[in-house]
Amino acid sequence: MSENGEFTSGEVQTVVAARRLSDAQSVFIGVGRPSTAAILARMVHNPDLVLVYESGTIGAKPYRVPLSIGDGELAETADVVVSVPEMFNYWIGTGRVEVAFLGAAQVDRFGNLNSTVIGDYDHPKTRLPGAGGAPEIAGFCREVVVIAPHTKRTFVKQLDFRTTVGYGDGPHDRARLGLRGKGPTAVVTDLAVLEPDPESSELTLAQIHPGVTVEQVLEQTGWDLPVDGSPAVTPEPTDEELDALRELLSR
Amino acid sequence: MAELTTLADAVASLVHDGDSVALEGFTHLIPFAAGHEVLRQGRRDLELVRMTPDILYDQMIGMGAARKLVFSYGGNPGVGGLHRFRDAVEHEWPRPIELDEHSHAGMANRYAAGAARMPCAIMRGYVGTGLERIANVKPVVCPFTGEQLMAVPALRPDVAIVHAQEADRQGNVQLWGIPGVQKEAVLSADRSLVTVERIVEELEPRPGGLVIPGWVIDAVAEAPGGSLPSYSLGITTRDNDFYRFWDKLSRDRDEFTEWMREHVLEGVTAA
Repeated sequence: MSENGEFTSGEVQTVVAARRLSDAQSVFIGVGRPSTAAILARMVHNPDLVLVYESGTIGAKPYRVPLSIGDGELAETADVVVSVPEMFNYWIGTGRVEVAFLGAAQVDRFGNLNSTVIGDYDHPKTRLPGAGGAPEIAGFCREVVVIAPHTKRTFVKQLDFRTTVGYGDGPHDRARLGLRGKGPTAVVTDLAVLEPDPESSELTLAQIHPGVTVEQVLEQTGWDLPVDGSPAVTPEPTDEELDALRELLSR
Repeated sequence: MAELTTLADAVASLVHDGDSVALEGFTHLIPFAAGHEVLRQGRRDLELVRMTPDILYDQMIGMGAARKLVFSYGGNPGVGGLHRFRDAVEHEWPRPIELDEHSHAGMANRYAAGAARMPCAIMRGYVGTGLERIANVKPVVCPFTGEQLMAVPALRPDVAIVHAQEADRQGNVQLWGIPGVQKEAVLSADRSLVTVERIVEELEPRPGGLVIPGWVIDAVAEAPGGSLPSYSLGITTRDNDFYRFWDKLSRDRDEFTEWMREHVLEGVTAA
């Protein structure tokens, strides 16, 4: 156990997401936990990491976690600020950005995402915000890391709407659709890390967080999640990681 | 040449019932004052166009000013959903609303095509998603390489309204910070209104500054603080507390309506 004592499942999720950026050159992020994780990665693992927000700020160096993707601090600290058409056509669509962090209301077994509606599109039970930049970001950034809370409501057998393609209906679907990025390489939740099987492209349980059981993960997943042998346990957050994360959130 | 006028006069002459109106600003420079003036003047049946309908469009939709929404992300950035937008889609309150929904990349390309007076833009995207089914997009084949691409139709709003930091007395506008699709929106529309924080004698070049010449703008109106609770970089600061406050207030139809009556409809029209 860390000298900081207990840590929350949310803290582990943020720390694990940040670790995935240790060697990345650039990361595309939205607000909330993905943004926190990317700033943490810059503080602890990778000071040269380029943060790209869809508001057009490339190389932003925020001191605080921004509330919106267009906060003034992002523009003031960026290497360059570009228009939205330029962001999508020159930077996202070309695969210049290495990793993209994406969230969603629903995730399915092939890492496809729904952020549009719960229920029928024409008569939705819950109208969600919609696609935003996600479809093209997931299509063309070199790899995608999905960050989502691990509940049965989120990890569903069947999406109500496919906003964003992960692996589509299975292997080779991305190539068939002309999506040039690799697709989701990991789904980081507050319980575990899921990774696509190299053959089937189906998400499998790769890693569980400290104190979490395989049964808990299976119980919170809406389909029969394949488990690869006995999954590795996530190394606990270090004192350095936890101190930096807590300090960041207190700013 | 842009006419320097009051916000009330500009809205009265440029925005008509039934118009397609794009009030743009990507988190930054959202033209709240102008949107509120449109509501005060009682414009109806608008087709509202905007990549990121946030609080301003939540207010306009909740007041029943919109028959249609053209958009790519309808959320309260960093906070959650938009309750008036949701109520309109889920329960048709206060009236049904038609949706024309795209991705950000699609909307950005649609504006750029409109600005270029091209009928469509060509891009990679939409394939394999539910948007391909619901959005007005069509596959096309590149005549040079044979690659399968997607065409999206140009956006040509009747009116574009954006906010900027400053304009000179000839109506030349300068903005800096996040440029969003401000220039594309103005150039894609038949008529345009730019509200500014201040009128200056001479525009002073800024790092990253974007200038829109006055001769492509119909009207410029001074509206200090006109983007709040969004912001104008270097002049005003984003009121993040208001975005959180809106999430609570806007959940209730009556509280929303009362707040709008008190703070917007009976608010003072900017001089």
